[in-house]
Amino acid sequence: MTKSIIAGAVGLAAISAITFGAGVAQAKDSITIAVPSFLTGGAAGPFGIPAMNGAKMVADAINKGALPAPYNTKGFGGAVASIIELDEGGGGTKQVAEYRNLVEKRNVDAVVGYISSGNCQALAPVVEELKQFTIFATCGTPRIFEEAPRKYLFRTMGHATADNVAAAMYVKEKFPNLSSYTGINQNYAWGQDSWRDFDLTMKQIMPGATASDKFQFPKVFVGQYGSEISALSLDKAELVHSSFWGGDLESFIFQSSARGLFKNKIGVMTVGGTAAYRLGKKLPNGLIIGARGPYGILVKDRDTPLNKWFIETYKNIYGIYPSGPAYQYGQAILAAKIAYDKAGSDATDEQLADALRGITFESFSTTIEMSLGGGHQAVTENGYGVTKYDDENGENVVTDVKFYPGSCVMPPEGVESVQWINGGMKGAKC
Amino acid sequence: METFLTILLDGLQFSSYLFIVSAGLTIIFGVMKILNVCHGSFYAWGAYTAAFFIGKFSDMGLPDALGFLIIIAAAIVVGVVLGLIIEQGILKHMYHRDEVLIVLATFGLFLVLEDIILIAFGTDPYFAYQPMALLESVEMGGVIRDVYGLTLIGVATFVAVGCWLLLNKTKWGVILKAVIFDREMGISMGINVPFVYTLTFIGGAILGGLGGAYIAPTISVAPGLGTEVIVLSFAVVVVGGMGSIAGAAIGSLIIGLLRALAVHELPQVELFVVFAVMAIVLVFRPEGLFAPAKPRKI
Repeated sequence: MTKSIIAGAVGLAAISAITFGAGVAQAKDSITIAVPSFLTGGAAGPFGIPAMNGAKMVADAINKGALPAPYNTKGFGGAVASIIELDEGGGGTKQVAEYRNLVEKRNVDAVVGYISSGNCQALAPVVEELKQFTIFATCGTPRIFEEAPRKYLFRTMGHATADNVAAAMYVKEKFPNLSSYTGINQNYAWGQDSWRDFDLTMKQIMPGATASDKFQFPKVFVGQYGSEISALSLDKAELVHSSFWGGDLESFIFQSSARGLFKNKIGVMTVGGTAAYRLGKKLPNGLIIGARGPYGILVKDRDTPLNKWFIETYKNIYGIYPSGPAYQYGQAILAAKIAYDKAGSDATDEQLADALRGITFESFSTTIEMSLGGGHQAVTENGYGVTKYDDENGENVVTDVKFYPGSCVMPPEGVESVQWINGGMKGAKC
Repeated sequence: METFLTILLDGLQFSSYLFIVSAGLTIIFGVMKILNVCHGSFYAWGAYTAAFFIGKFSDMGLPDALGFLIIIAAAIVVGVVLGLIIEQGILKHMYHRDEVLIVLATFGLFLVLEDIILIAFGTDPYFAYQPMALLESVEMGGVIRDVYGLTLIGVATFVAVGCWLLLNKTKWGVILKAVIFDREMGISMGINVPFVYTLTFIGGAILGGLGGAYIAPTISVAPGLGTEVIVLSFAVVVVGGMGSIAGAAIGSLIIGLLRALAVHELPQVELFVVFAVMAIVLVFRPEGLFAPAKPRKI
């Protein structure tokens, strides 16, 4: 009898241990977040390094519980995050291999980053295949969430359509009598999508302005634009649109300034904000610049505790004001914290995705609504301003800054960007 | 007429840039039969060295005109130092090996030198606009042009004439041609071929460095600079004929002018035109337009 009781008790204990052991996971003390960004190549200095700096600064502050309220709790769901810094260079094929390695061999808990639209486009199906909680921080192509539904993948900033629709709206307000425009954009997904969205929007909202048939598509990272600048100079178009970024943007600004291109033409640079702090007096006055959303120089004077903390901390650590990519990576890391805080540090990828899907949160410089792509694609305001060198303080500033609500410059849920623009941007709430 | 003049000047300017960087590549191949992939690194190191010192001198308040001296000095220092180290330290020990192995070695060196750039100069781009700003702009054919860009045509002409004089009017030229024509025969005639190789490699490296140093004031000098240029240089050398200075000049002119024409008249094909020219030449004249005649050994 005693033997039977002991055997029964042991059996019960064993069953309980198995049942509860499987059902209740231990909260983690630490997690690993992989952060890919351009650490080499022409995009590193103006884009990749500020982005990585923003990510590291925010992750470090979260680990210490040093972010302003309401994010002043320690850690990611209480866990300390260690950041794995990765170079995004080398192209889509290499990045897919690196991503598989991160997930399958290094067992990272989350992946947060990516700048290149080409890389994001290549990675999106792999993220879903591997069921890994991933946040794209900066890349711009709208196709990521328009071509297929995503479960594990998020993007915490607006896409290229917002940049270019907002640019066209700003142009319409500033130059209502504009008669013609042209463009110079890099010859790959980002440049082509950007020009397409700007051109289509201009056709809708300024039908009296005609597009030049000599718009330029130089090879990405080519760095030499002598012939293109001549062609743009000879073109009768009054305005030049460009989505150049990184070293290409800075080289183009040097070469076009020396040749007085923007003395006679209006320049619209959708990513010009990344060059504003770096080029100083070499950036021409009067350029219309964006920052791919409410970031960098456009929000330097935005007086919220989160933004003040971001600017002051970044300037103290890195000695320069934060540009757009720093904000974009910083807010993507913040989104990861929000997901972990909600789901717990021991959460599965599904639980983390559920925690982030469709939410609205305050980021450092703006409100982010995860309202497109089934709650996976962020909608934010988007804005532009005009460059001016402030002689007194020895730095560039922007004047005439105007922001457009996300609901004004991005398509509603379920509608593709091109369809939306071509259909007259129905439902836009400006 | 306005457009024609602009296309001509754009084409000449781009051709000049192509010629300066590809001349060194073709000289090294012509004499040493080495397809030097790390030529792109000479270009990048030239650009970085010039940009670094132009920036430093400017910060120190020294006259911007010194930038021109720095460009020349950077090209010479980079060419001599890197050229000597690479030729004496590595390539010299591989001359008896298969040509493919040497190409792989130069490719490896290219990757190593790119990484050393990152260690030495960091990832932040360097700006060295001072020499370009000093020369201001002029209006030509209805287009404002920076004079600095136009001087590139003069520099390329100087390099081309210099190479021609060296090869055709000096004793050194005779020696070089003898080595190009038949290395063994050159040795038997008492030519110090290893020494000729070393000088040739340094000369080619100086030209690569000059290309980078001269372009530095017009661009954002950033990591990865050498990759793009090596692709273009190969296209030029293939079109003109491997090892031919005249070929490099003609190849540069063809590619530069056609590219400028495409940018102005049919921008959609600009990307394609450089490599289309290369493909067409390869189909009809695989050795290139001006490949030096090869002696038939019996």
